[in-house]
Amino acid sequence: MTALVDQPVRGRDRRDPVLSVRDLRVWYATDRGPVRAVDGVSFDLYAGQTLGLVGESGCGKSTLGRGVLGLLPPGAAVDGEVIFEGTNLVELDRSALQQLRGPQLGLIFQEPMTRLNPLMRVSEHFDEVLHIHEPALDKAARRERALQTLRGMGIPPSRYRSYPHEFSGGMRQRIMIALALVLRPSFVVADEPTTALDVLVEAQIVRILADLRRTYDTSLLFITHNLGIVAEACDRIAVMYAGRIVEQGDAREVFENPKHPYTRELLRSTISLQTTGLHYIQGAPPDLTAPPSGCRFHPRCPDAMQVCADRFPVPVIDEGVQVECWLHGPDEQIPAGGTAPLERREIDVAEEA
Amino acid sequence: MQKKPETGSPDAALATATRDGTPLMEVRDLEVHFALRTGNVARLLGRSGGSVKAVDGVTFDLMPGEVLGLVGESGSGKSTLGRALLGLVPATAGTVSFRGEQVTGRSERAMRPLRRKLQMVFQDPHASLNPSMDIETAVGHPLRIHGLTKGTTQTRAKVVTALERVGLSPTERYLTKYPGDLSGGQKQRAVLARATILDPELLVADEPVSMLDMSVRAKILELMLNLRRDLDLTYVYITHDLATAKFFCDRVAIMYLGRIVEIGTVEEIFSDPKHPYTKSLLKAIPQLDASQRVPQDVPRGEIPDAAQPPLGCSFHPRCPAAFEVCGWETRDLRTLLEERWLTLDADDYDREQAVFGDLSGLDQTGYSATLQSARGHTGEEIKAELHAIRESDLDEPLWKGVRDVRVEGDVVRVEFFDGVDPGLLPAGGVAVACHLYDDALRRKAEQLEATQDLEI
Repeated sequence: MTALVDQPVRGRDRRDPVLSVRDLRVWYATDRGPVRAVDGVSFDLYAGQTLGLVGESGCGKSTLGRGVLGLLPPGAAVDGEVIFEGTNLVELDRSALQQLRGPQLGLIFQEPMTRLNPLMRVSEHFDEVLHIHEPALDKAARRERALQTLRGMGIPPSRYRSYPHEFSGGMRQRIMIALALVLRPSFVVADEPTTALDVLVEAQIVRILADLRRTYDTSLLFITHNLGIVAEACDRIAVMYAGRIVEQGDAREVFENPKHPYTRELLRSTISLQTTGLHYIQGAPPDLTAPPSGCRFHPRCPDAMQVCADRFPVPVIDEGVQVECWLHGPDEQIPAGGTAPLERREIDVAEEA
Repeated sequence: MQKKPETGSPDAALATATRDGTPLMEVRDLEVHFALRTGNVARLLGRSGGSVKAVDGVTFDLMPGEVLGLVGESGSGKSTLGRALLGLVPATAGTVSFRGEQVTGRSERAMRPLRRKLQMVFQDPHASLNPSMDIETAVGHPLRIHGLTKGTTQTRAKVVTALERVGLSPTERYLTKYPGDLSGGQKQRAVLARATILDPELLVADEPVSMLDMSVRAKILELMLNLRRDLDLTYVYITHDLATAKFFCDRVAIMYLGRIVEIGTVEEIFSDPKHPYTKSLLKAIPQLDASQRVPQDVPRGEIPDAAQPPLGCSFHPRCPAAFEVCGWETRDLRTLLEERWLTLDADDYDREQAVFGDLSGLDQTGYSATLQSARGHTGEEIKAELHAIRESDLDEPLWKGVRDVRVEGDVVRVEFFDGVDPGLLPAGGVAVACHLYDDALRRKAEQLEATQDLEI
């Protein structure tokens, strides 16, 4: 394992995805019945690629990120496939998964201070991680590896023996990223890594994450609610709504030409420096214990048709972008009269998330 | 030494000269300092623990009906300023007056009549509502406190109007609900209903939409604009988000470490930002355009410790345009050394670092730095090291601030020019606290440059 980990690019075919998720489902048990937080999600992630996963709170994006790494709370049921370098992670037992987490699969959290031990020096954090996962390294080699990773994140070597509280918020997040990367995992999930940070520090961190693919050839699943960050830092984008990925494809293509009405409306309702008028999506995301029939977005969709309320949309690939929306076909599966506009129920102003 | 900026009449004129008429609120040289905790022994010996200057000399006028944005990163003092405007934190110095009546220095009892006119909305709607109070009681609570209604029917009528105004209708559906039953957006609507039920004139909104999802933000902002139109409200909108500030505000004040560094109309600040800090903030906002990549020239570092702010201009350690008089000092030298060490590989780092002894002397603030060489090394070696650092990046602005570098045996002394604390100056249609717009100081800097002795 050590030998493998030392080579950032392993001897695999670069055309094969590093991670391949097929029909992943995650349910949580609640008093009101099962919540289908992730409900049949499929995507591929290739080496050195960054996939931005966006959606509003409650759409299941964090559950998806945790589910891929097998980090769900007890009581969550998982079904489907998460193929990581030929192994289905869903079928692995806890200890086998534990072996992979760290050297192969990394996670960067939102709150760096709650993840660093305040009683341990930065050096001790790295020593511990490297000692457990790469026992072949001696003390000097561990230090060198840690310093090299920290340097890449902009943490000066003179601060190596400091305690977490001696660092600013942005520096702590850099240390967290370095801790995830020091074992050179080929796949990393970053769950809202910049949400607690200021604008300028956020830009610094996003830059570091965007540079990862060049330095480490890491594949990154970047979970965020900030569409601007996806636009700047990600190669691909997956838009999530009510447990489904409703649109995924090349980030440039999706931002320029969003195909799913939800993606389009989400982009329009984002307030940017170019915003001259306010726009928003009517209504609120559905209750996932009893999601709407057919397309889950149809009660809020301005383009909803008859078929949208009756049948679950079929994923189609249109100009390299995969989209789940009847507007994009397949036409032969739409029953006669299905394209007639759907009469929508009136939505109250205050019905919102 | 750190000089206080020239405050008083010129600044006040600047910050106010944008509109005619009587201001609703006048803020003059407002300071809010928080004393740092010290040990009991230190207190007995009369040593103070220093203070954090959360708001450090702020002057502006607020005109009736306008929306003023206070924009800054965390630690800029924007929230403390917002609270001080309403008398929610005591001012250490300076005044805030509302329609000619002093807000600062009032007792809680004397403050109460003013509270009806001055209201606040906080960031977290969930924390702003008592979880065991239903919406009718919560929204009607201010009426009861101020004794404005007689009997429940009258109160309920007012509450119903307030709820309808914020879109929580049909109101029967919401009156008996508890905060836990409402979504984030609905809770913020209820908070807005409570804040407007006393018919206030000024509403200070501290990040009112930051915790909400994108698609809800726009709805709440629209509601706030409608309330402003219907109730003749004046807003102070506190945010870290320049995009919503641009859309929502008439004027914005950019804050950094307790000071306003730039203030002006939205049109002017966003089309032609003057302060280097404002410029970098605008550049750092992620754009919804995937053909643009991550900006590469983001200022280094983070907002500094407000207990020990940088000398001169607070932004100078991060500023790409800082020059002689901006306040370069000992701590910046340490940052420079550490940045240099980031670029070295392990062996070079060990070798270079070994030349320097203890760097903790650089943590003291001052314009004179002493670099002690480690045992077995000489001052000349340190000087050679400084030379290498300078050669590696000739554009590094710190060197402009260095007056003199001298080797004295095994120590090297680095002397900096004295910094000047910037005050707000007119520049174009805005007021900006930056020496780049002070012609007299720029001339002085040119003279200083001629006296520079940088034989390294």
